[in-house]
Amino acid sequence: MNSVIFLTIVLLALSSYFFGRKKAILIQSNKRLTALPKFYGYYLAIWCGAPAFLLYALWSIFEPSIVRFFILSDYSSQGLLEGELNLFYEKVKSLSRNQYSGELTAELQRSAEKYLNFRDIAKWSKVVIVLSLLIASTGYAYTKISKNTKTREPVEIFLKGVFFLSSLAAILTTIGIIFSLLFQTIEFFQVIPLFDFVFGMHWYPAKAFVRDASEALDPSMYSDTFGAVPIFAGTFFIALIAMCVAIPIGLLSGIYMAEYASKRLRQYAKPVIEILAGIPTVVYGFFAALTVGPFLKDLGLSLGLEVSAESALAAGGVMGIMIIPFISSLSDDVITSVPQNLRDGSYAMGATKSETIKRVIFPAALPGIVGSILLGVSRAIGETMIVVMASGLAANLTLNPLESTSTITAQIVVILIGDQQFGDPKTQAAFALGLSLFIVTLVLNIVALSVVKKYREKYE
Amino acid sequence: MNKEERLIKRYKAEKRFQFYGKAAIFMALLFLVVFLTKIFSTGYTAFQKTWLVIPVNYNADLLYLDPDKKPTTEDINDADFYEFGIETFISLDPDASEDQIMELKKMFAFTFERELKYYLLDNPDSFGKTVDVKLTASDDLDQVFKGNYPRDIPENRRRASDYQLKIFDKLDEDGRVISEFNASFFTNADSREAELAGIASSFMGSLFSILVCLSIAFPVALLAAVYLEEFAPKNRFTDFIEVNINNLAAVPSIVFGLLGLGVLLAVFGLPRSTPLVGGITLSLMTLPTIIIAARASLKAVPPSIREAALAMGASKMQTTVHHTMPLALPGTLSGTIIGLAQALGETAPLILIGMVAFVNTIPGTPMDPAASLPVQIYIWAESAERGFVEKVSACIMVLLFFLIFMNLGAQLIRHKFEKKWN
Repeated sequence: MNSVIFLTIVLLALSSYFFGRKKAILIQSNKRLTALPKFYGYYLAIWCGAPAFLLYALWSIFEPSIVRFFILSDYSSQGLLEGELNLFYEKVKSLSRNQYSGELTAELQRSAEKYLNFRDIAKWSKVVIVLSLLIASTGYAYTKISKNTKTREPVEIFLKGVFFLSSLAAILTTIGIIFSLLFQTIEFFQVIPLFDFVFGMHWYPAKAFVRDASEALDPSMYSDTFGAVPIFAGTFFIALIAMCVAIPIGLLSGIYMAEYASKRLRQYAKPVIEILAGIPTVVYGFFAALTVGPFLKDLGLSLGLEVSAESALAAGGVMGIMIIPFISSLSDDVITSVPQNLRDGSYAMGATKSETIKRVIFPAALPGIVGSILLGVSRAIGETMIVVMASGLAANLTLNPLESTSTITAQIVVILIGDQQFGDPKTQAAFALGLSLFIVTLVLNIVALSVVKKYREKYE
Repeated sequence: MNKEERLIKRYKAEKRFQFYGKAAIFMALLFLVVFLTKIFSTGYTAFQKTWLVIPVNYNADLLYLDPDKKPTTEDINDADFYEFGIETFISLDPDASEDQIMELKKMFAFTFERELKYYLLDNPDSFGKTVDVKLTASDDLDQVFKGNYPRDIPENRRRASDYQLKIFDKLDEDGRVISEFNASFFTNADSREAELAGIASSFMGSLFSILVCLSIAFPVALLAAVYLEEFAPKNRFTDFIEVNINNLAAVPSIVFGLLGLGVLLAVFGLPRSTPLVGGITLSLMTLPTIIIAARASLKAVPPSIREAALAMGASKMQTTVHHTMPLALPGTLSGTIIGLAQALGETAPLILIGMVAFVNTIPGTPMDPAASLPVQIYIWAESAERGFVEKVSACIMVLLFFLIFMNLGAQLIRHKFEKKWN
């Protein structure tokens, strides 16, 4: 039904374009037009399609919750919990589709009939109202056209409005992220004190398994369950290992590319190194888990060390390889933008090339390089699949790179894989972790971007 | 230390520094080579599949069919091929004990009933005769044949028993073990049995997600970029949008997964595990990438084009739609393809919105539950059987092939259609 309405609107809008254009040509025979005939067509088509489509979209979005409100309003006085109401409503819906297999009650049957009834009314009133709006708005536009009013300006304002709305998508996404994270996190902190989360030393979300919603109200069972310190520590520890691999290799290859490499080497080696950044992270994860992890374990055995097959070293090391191209190409850009006269001055004083790089160019480029490293750190912290596949899933508080640790991202995946129950502190804990991840990476990015921007302005 | 010695030392330092630089580049390239070699060397065998060709007697009595009448399609469909298959396997070793018969059965994929049936349906003439039929070998024997399984370890640590290996070697000597191109890897959906698992379902899942992502992200990003670059007034709000876009580009992908879960699934009630939700989530993620690329290519269109159009009496909107946008399109398109390639390799957000479900049917619309290629890699990598390791590598090869293909396409568009302004 929905697609029929949608198609009708599209078809009517299309045909009104031709209709409007034809009308313009008719007007042309005795009056001067205010715009090209096609604008008359656009004008009519927009008035035909846009209001009707808007109403149709809003209706489709709000219809389910309005119907739900009407059905459940009969039972709201009975003091039922939110979860029970939800369950009841799901039962009503499945009964109305004849897919219900549970126990039938009179209430359920009555509500299901009411539900079908409402849906029917809603469907037909939607058709009638949308179509009458369409006819009304098209009629209005048609009288406007007949009077030969300006058509180009309104059409262009409409287009500009559409452009503007598209540019709001980025803001809406950010709002959506903050809304979804914050909403769940606040609920989480109503059960778990903020202090316990930020400073708690034990993370065992599996302990918080509840069978039904009433159990979840007892906060005592969550003490010592959601202490995020081991996870934060693990995240920064793995990021540190990654940066220990990525910074030396990335920075040195960036410097070499910028200062020494011949044009040919740059032309070929640079894109090849950048392939490393284009490989999906799940592939790195597989590589770390299947090749690097066992390799380190065997190496450790031959050296008499006990290495976990899912060591922080394997995950961090492979993550470092992934970050090399970010650091190398960013620092390459930064070094190339250092003005040539600084180099010339240094050479004129008799310095060798490496001395110039170490004592003149590197200090001059330092802010930009720090910015690129910060961006790399933010990537390392937000990286998920490598850690999920190659590092452990139990949150150990350790500084031994040969043991396994866990990170924020890995814990989010562990908690949310499979079916989740909203309203369960365990699920909310994942959102709280997500919010901390979002804040940390946001701060890192803002700092890094502003450092790089300031640096660019200095030399431009 | 005199002057010469100092100079020699300084030159040595220079050489050392250059060496470090070269070593760093070499290390980075070495990682890439090791990485690709490892993937290819473990993965290429997955494109081959091991078949056992065994003599099958399509005897009417064994199938409980009328020997004097040619069976119709319905008769064959109704016939019981399980018992028939077991009888066929016993003919490989007539002295087999009860346990050994079970082992014989386990040498074949559990689809042997279907394979025997379809052979007869395709070749009705073989009814009543003994013919050679190709049956899929179990993944354990498949791995043994490909040499991925050591045979010299004790029997209790092996998946294939001594007895199975004996029969298998006998078949091999008779030339009854053949290895052919594994078409089912591309046409089958996921399966719990490694020898039958394929990437068709996850491929379709990826395709649908990418199409949904493209159809949302491309128009919105293009229009947003046009607004910001051509129409937006210079004010605080525009700056705010810009900062927003730049930050969004660096938000970890898993946060978009949380957004999909918390808003698309929980608030809007869209169906879980579907490419529709996956595509929308990915489109929000690729939006900033495309906007940034589109703005860069709009910026690259020289002002003289705009001025010329305006001088000819075109309105601002006509200038933009007729002249600026078409010229910026190649750059935008190549940015879009690169953004889509990123989205294609993305795993974490799809896991959060439930696209990790085990899907053994091939999805037909974006509203059906599905996995995607990277998620399939994750699912297979987590399962213990050796047969899946080569499947994972092969799946990675397919994924990398598409990524390379898309990136080359982006390069091609950029070089071929983008105008250079000097």
